[in-house]
Amino acid sequence: MSRTNIWLWSAAGVIYAFLYVPLAIVVLYSFNDSKLNAEWVGFTLSWYKTLFQNTEMLTAARNSLFIALSASFSATLLGTMAGLAIHRYKLKVLPILVFTPVAMPEILLGVSLLLFFLQVLNLTLGMVSIIIAHTTFCIGFVAIIVRARLQGMDESIFEAARDLGASPWQTFRLVTLPLIMPAVVAGALMSFTLSIDDFVITFFTKGVGEPILPIHIYTMIKVAVTPEVNAISTLLMLLTLVMIIIAAKLESHASSSANATSRKAK
Amino acid sequence: MALLEIRNVTRRFGSYTAVDNVSISVEAGEFFTLLGPSGCGKTTLLRMIAGFDLPDSGQILLDGRDMVGTPPEKRPVHTVFQTYALFPHMTVADNIAFPLRMAGKKTHEIQTRVADALDSVRLSNFGNRFPNELSGGQKQRVAFARGLVNRPRLLLLDEPLGALDAKLREEMQMELINLQKEVGVTFVFVTHAQNEALALSHRIAVMNRGNVEQIDEPSKIYGFPKNRFVADFIGKISMMNAQVLEAAPTHLRLDVGEVGEVTTAGKEGIKAGDKGTIAIRPEQILISHPSEARRLKNHFLGKVRDFLYVGDVTTYIVELPNGAFIEALLPNSAPGRAKFFEVGDQVSISWHHDAGIFLND
Repeated sequence: MSRTNIWLWSAAGVIYAFLYVPLAIVVLYSFNDSKLNAEWVGFTLSWYKTLFQNTEMLTAARNSLFIALSASFSATLLGTMAGLAIHRYKLKVLPILVFTPVAMPEILLGVSLLLFFLQVLNLTLGMVSIIIAHTTFCIGFVAIIVRARLQGMDESIFEAARDLGASPWQTFRLVTLPLIMPAVVAGALMSFTLSIDDFVITFFTKGVGEPILPIHIYTMIKVAVTPEVNAISTLLMLLTLVMIIIAAKLESHASSSANATSRKAK
Repeated sequence: MALLEIRNVTRRFGSYTAVDNVSISVEAGEFFTLLGPSGCGKTTLLRMIAGFDLPDSGQILLDGRDMVGTPPEKRPVHTVFQTYALFPHMTVADNIAFPLRMAGKKTHEIQTRVADALDSVRLSNFGNRFPNELSGGQKQRVAFARGLVNRPRLLLLDEPLGALDAKLREEMQMELINLQKEVGVTFVFVTHAQNEALALSHRIAVMNRGNVEQIDEPSKIYGFPKNRFVADFIGKISMMNAQVLEAAPTHLRLDVGEVGEVTTAGKEGIKAGDKGTIAIRPEQILISHPSEARRLKNHFLGKVRDFLYVGDVTTYIVELPNGAFIEALLPNSAPGRAKFFEVGDQVSISWHHDAGIFLND
């Protein structure tokens, strides 16, 4: 191995260690048979057991799951429509309007949504307000993924459907939707992972009611980082990881088959 | 009554007129071609026939019914796209069944007609494949089958052979002619390839800048182009400025500057003093050594400036005394021989008195 190679590899090693060692420690200590995150004593699953007996934690997890499912469902529905619209109508202002919330600082989005819910809608903060808030910042992600998929496709496929006797709705149902489906599912999974661990926007829009997982974890840490927190974090990490991997798989599959379609055009 | 009648159709995009007051009528059973360079308006016209675009003014009648206001799915017109536009998520059989399903045909009827359609394009064993598992030529045939399976009144073909390589294109041309004969569906074919248009069509409309320059049979288009654009666009042709000296019913006598006097076939509506162009096809020109020159009416000396060997023939570019260039073809009848003349050779150029065409300005 040459000199530059050694430097390159060790630099890469350090960066990856920086990224993954903290996560690994959390996972490791969730199996540690000690109340302190200090030294390794022995392997145990007891923290997972206490976790599943902690009713407040379970309620928080159930609430977060419900919010993530509802928000990703509505964000996928609206985001897909937005992606289609941006692709169809070459209006410059449309993508800006849809993608801005993605780039906006979360704290700003949180504050403005809070004001909007309280001052304009006169809404009691709770599950509904959180779902609406999560939906708003997820729409942009779904729209981006769906539009990218559409951009790679041969436009004449949709014209061919009309030409061969399909109404606009039949064209959407039989041709457009099946072709963008991988992007739609990837967008849904992406929204789910964004929603389930969102802290800032949830914090602003949750009110005083039900416990929500990321916030609940935070309040537990305020006392001490217990192995129980490690355990729930590990589970959350696992769930997110699986979602991300599926989404990435779908996206790469989607773009490669979209390429196959556009290659035909050449 | 014509099957398709395009009446004074105009389509503008901003200040750009893509189709300018075009009128064309296509008879049932015809293989009709819209030919022209890119941007001539042929594709815009095709899209208006299909219903993807609407004319700003004028009418498009199919079987005497005005189609403007009828959406694409309600028109008895199907299109074969340049990119084939097969549905990538459906099998070949499902692709072909699509128009039948949309028309609400019964399942057993769909099955037999799809099988027949696959058979007619020699793809019987490919029904379960997906489009990305097919070669370019096979995709092309699926696109034809899909376009024809529900027996449209009119099949539109938008440069369908453009994406194929030369060898395959020639094969598909033959197949297309046979297919059209078999099914008897009227074809409106769009292309910028003049040789394709000549080979396939019953009639051709040559388009330029949104206008129709000439509508005729292929041999008329090639042999008797109406103007300089058509002459230049279709095949190879040499052109020189000329003025009419004498206009007889059987022949025209022309003054072609320093080259001298040229005799050409008579043409209606031409009188002495008219200015225009004399145009001659390379294959009509006889090129020989000055010593063995045949005594034809049109006979000039020139110098070989260049030549182009393309296998079956060699094209010689000959410079005439007035500086004009004339192209002449010579078949390479002797095997292994690429040329009969060298660059710089003095040669004799001649053509029959009825070979050239006079095009008035």
